[in-house]
Amino acid sequence: MDLRKLKTLIDLVQQSGIAELEITEGEEKVRISRFGQGAAAAPLAAPQQIVMAAPLPAQEAAADSGSSAAEPAPPAGHVVKSPMVGTFYRSSAPGAKPFVEVGQPIKTGDTVCIIEAMKLLNEIEADSDGVIKEILVENGQPVEYGQPLFIIG
Amino acid sequence: MFEKILIANRGEIALRIQRACREMGIKTVVVHSEADADAKYVRLADESVCIGPAPSALSYLNVPAIISAAEVTDAEAIHPGYGFLSENADFAERVEQSGFSFIGPRAETIRLMGDKVSAKNAMKKAGVPVVPGMDGALTEDSKEVSKLARQIGYPVIIKAAGGGGGRGMRVVHTEAALMNAVNTTRAEAQAAFGNPAVYMEKYLEKPRHIEIQVMADKHRNALFLGDRDCSMQRRHQKIIEEAPAPLLNDKARIRIGERCAEACRKIGYEGAGTFEFLYEKGEFYFIEMNTRLQVEHPVTEMVTGLDLVQLQIRIAAGEKLTLRQKDVILRGHAIECRVNAEDPYKFTPSPGRITSLHMPGGPGIRVDSHAYNGYFVPPHYDSLLGKIIAYGDTREQAMARLQVALSETIVDGIKTNLPLHRDLLGDAAFLRGGTTIHYLEERLAKLTRPE
Repeated sequence: MDLRKLKTLIDLVQQSGIAELEITEGEEKVRISRFGQGAAAAPLAAPQQIVMAAPLPAQEAAADSGSSAAEPAPPAGHVVKSPMVGTFYRSSAPGAKPFVEVGQPIKTGDTVCIIEAMKLLNEIEADSDGVIKEILVENGQPVEYGQPLFIIG
Repeated sequence: MFEKILIANRGEIALRIQRACREMGIKTVVVHSEADADAKYVRLADESVCIGPAPSALSYLNVPAIISAAEVTDAEAIHPGYGFLSENADFAERVEQSGFSFIGPRAETIRLMGDKVSAKNAMKKAGVPVVPGMDGALTEDSKEVSKLARQIGYPVIIKAAGGGGGRGMRVVHTEAALMNAVNTTRAEAQAAFGNPAVYMEKYLEKPRHIEIQVMADKHRNALFLGDRDCSMQRRHQKIIEEAPAPLLNDKARIRIGERCAEACRKIGYEGAGTFEFLYEKGEFYFIEMNTRLQVEHPVTEMVTGLDLVQLQIRIAAGEKLTLRQKDVILRGHAIECRVNAEDPYKFTPSPGRITSLHMPGGPGIRVDSHAYNGYFVPPHYDSLLGKIIAYGDTREQAMARLQVALSETIVDGIKTNLPLHRDLLGDAAFLRGGTTIHYLEERLAKLTRPE
């Protein structure tokens, strides 16, 4: 679902007297509820599992009440960063098994993901031994140079 | 019209391009190196993509990274700014091949003007006056080279065909020094540009640098947008520029302007461009063409009332120029000072954190700078911090306004060339106008430096 559309809907709910708004568009569904004084974003029931990253700007309450996607705690362990700009993929082809999963032990030089740039698929290798502690980006997400991809512990 | 433009540059020009886009409601994607992550325009961009570590070769000159960034952000067009890849024909080609619009001329035009020998020949064919000299690259035959030098008449200058912007040149005053100069310039050209071809021209001893701004659309409409005088230079780097060129007869300016516009039509030029000339004893001599927006474009914008960056964008989007030549009217006078992060008299670069920044304002003052209070000037790129431009109804008024503006400007924490600018704005010869391209260096050589 288009994030801009979502924001417009959220603003609408906030500005109007509506308590709850549910919209279904094809296979996508959004429900936005307002409780009490502040407004909170309910999780969206869309099949694509989009999560609202920022809380609704509540007029009275401080913006950190509740459902903000909390910034991850500073990672402990070795961070594998993207060496290039492109699109991150967890497996060599759509539907294929991902190169690594959380908890999987890996060695330096093992392929951990693919970054696609200008129609070329580049295999990215682990630059340290250890176990995959966290996977920080999602399949198909655009990444920039230096962006943290994995934490190896 | 484009919905999203990727700005493939940094510093003050990235901010300039971003402002033009935002005014037009176009979303901006800014690519940046790790060293520029906190730049003002990065923070203001709709999207930003880090494309590499600080070194330019790995970031601002990294073609795959830039095109990749355009892909992942779904940008429609790429504005290359000036410097970096703006005059790289291969980049322009790859941008277009990858499905994006390159905001600039076609790759073949960039290539044509990038080779200074072919550029000269193209200009000769198009009726633009050129510096007297040889039609092609110099051969290895020393007898031929000597004969040519005698025909042209000493002093001559040997230039690298693949050079430009003041690099790869050597002046020769006597026959005895000739072959040595040719061989050394050749070797340097090979090392710096990968192309050992050199050519020879008459060396003009007291010229002024006067350039003509052109703008052409994709429908063979071409206009000249007045002239600029950029004679105040040090080591071929411009320090102060103004529009229009002082002490230049209107008929002469219109005549040369028309030749340039006609040349644009002949070669199918698209976008913004500048024809650079040396002007001596009432004659114009073409030296090179810059197939991009220039640093000093603001002075032209002030006297014409036009937004050159927006025109570039509209032309790239296929729009026809609705402006006619008779609508282009030069009004008043504008002068620009390039403020660099460097020692004002030693010229050593001065990167570091700006602890206190105060920019001038008031009638007729324009400031184009990406600097802000607390900004860290990175050491990896050129030293241009920004430009202070003053506009007035007359040259005298522009000068006076600029003097006041410079006196109000504060940049603490690093060194800048503001003291040099204040000095020059009080210089009698500069105030009279018409100083040559050697003037600044001669003056600096005589200056007693305040220690």
